[in-house]
Amino acid sequence: MKTAQGIPLDYYIWLSAALFTIGVLGVLYRRNAIIIFMCIELMLNAVNLLLVAFSNYYNDAAGQVFVFFIMAVAAAEVAVGLAILIMMYRNTKTTDINILNRLKW
Amino acid sequence: MNSLYVICGLGLISLIAELANFKKQLIPIFIVGILAAIGLAVMDWGTSLHYFSDMAIFDNVALSFSILICATAAFWFLIANDYFHTETHITDQAALVIFVMAGGVIMASFNNMAMLFLGIEILSLSLYALAGSRKLNLFSNEAAFKYFLMGSFATGFLLMGIALVYGATGQFHLDKIAASIAAQPELPGFFYAGVILIIVGMAFKISAVPFHFWAPDVYEGAPTLITSLMATVVKTAAFAAFFRMVWYCFPAVEQTWLLPLQVITVATLVLANVTAVFQSKVKRMLAYSSVGHAGYILLALTTGGTSSAGTIFFYLAAYSAATLIAFAILNRLELATNFAEGSFNGLFKKSPFLAVAMTVSLLSMAGIPPLAGFFGKYLVFVQAISQGYVGLVVVAVITSLIGVYYYFGVIISMFFKEPAGGEIQVSSGLKLILSLLVLVLLAMGILPDLFLPL
Repeated sequence: MKTAQGIPLDYYIWLSAALFTIGVLGVLYRRNAIIIFMCIELMLNAVNLLLVAFSNYYNDAAGQVFVFFIMAVAAAEVAVGLAILIMMYRNTKTTDINILNRLKW
Repeated sequence: MNSLYVICGLGLISLIAELANFKKQLIPIFIVGILAAIGLAVMDWGTSLHYFSDMAIFDNVALSFSILICATAAFWFLIANDYFHTETHITDQAALVIFVMAGGVIMASFNNMAMLFLGIEILSLSLYALAGSRKLNLFSNEAAFKYFLMGSFATGFLLMGIALVYGATGQFHLDKIAASIAAQPELPGFFYAGVILIIVGMAFKISAVPFHFWAPDVYEGAPTLITSLMATVVKTAAFAAFFRMVWYCFPAVEQTWLLPLQVITVATLVLANVTAVFQSKVKRMLAYSSVGHAGYILLALTTGGTSSAGTIFFYLAAYSAATLIAFAILNRLELATNFAEGSFNGLFKKSPFLAVAMTVSLLSMAGIPPLAGFFGKYLVFVQAISQGYVGLVVVAVITSLIGVYYYFGVIISMFFKEPAGGEIQVSSGLKLILSLLVLVLLAMGILPDLFLPL
């Protein structure tokens, strides 16, 4: 039985798969831009959880270092994303993404 | 590697240019710097140096794609010279473009999943900001937001795939993952899920059908010159990364990803080219045609194995040169007509030079000999047939015929429709650059052997 910290490794995989799926469904179904951002963060954090679990299982620090990379980049990404959102809000006065329908064929 | 240092240095120079007050000299500095970067990359040819404990390897494939990225960006800066005199915050935007290049070079040379992730993010974060650089324009806003949303969504898939592959192999280095795959007789099921997730994440980045839906919207909404950057530099970097990923890391588990990728290839070729026929705006048509070209490059990628780098390189070079011409002219027309529709009508009477350059570019994209695009397609098809993928080639030939149809639509409207509005003056600088790019297309078409270093 593969374990990390005494908990079977499969449990971690299923938990992060569930979190990841919730994030994906959130991005696809929610209409509020800020909630969509939160769902993307949820996807990334599911990945972080998985990486930490595997890192512990292999006794290998590389996985945890990768988590730091993801956290730092996710912060930068949210900074840019929120800036874009504010720019949009100034012009449209809403964060509902249904307003984004000017570009289509 | 040295070229990467030079590129990052240029970005920093650009950031302080506003303070130190040498904005006017910025473009010449960039051109010199990028030429230096190309020179340094050429000097490294054949050395295959490893950096950062094997996290980046500058082998010949990486170097040739880096050179292509740098050369395209140099032409882009020359074309964008006027753009930088009309927009605000030019030094910041120029720095972002330089960082796009830096991200692209990292994506072309990574040997570790962390480098791939950082390269993609450096490139994408700069582009999100650039796509939204017209702050008061709702189209630009929408393009930036959609690009951001789809970009980070795709990154999520890519990262999940990387995490699962790490879980199965315990490695982030491409070569060590490949070795670990070869050493394990039985891989856990989630490893295959990880491979597919990585492929999906990369397919988002190269805008392959069915992950292409963001591309036409973003290409249309972003400022035209930024669109040309996305269609050339970014596509080159994404394909270089895709190539390294599948052929350096996962050749042993080919049966998992090759069939899905071929299905994606066929879907991309058919759907993008057919949809392009029904577009009324030229910019949107070019966006769909760019998605379609991704299909041809994917065909080269899936059929050629590790030896396909040369074919991909040639096709990307031909495609980038033609796309740069097309978007530069589109940008010039938008400026002249204040973004009015149907501005290509009767272009030959308004500006014969632009009309002829645009015709050469479109003919090259359509694959008419003796232009570069023809040899790009020819090499791809020959390679695919020699590997026994005749069915895929038949589909690709039919879709390229559809391509000829919609490219000729634009050409006909340029030569035979009545013009609206007066003559368009073209500055001698733009004329020179466009002639140079046309010459590149002709030279690559007539003497393709000169451009096949791999």
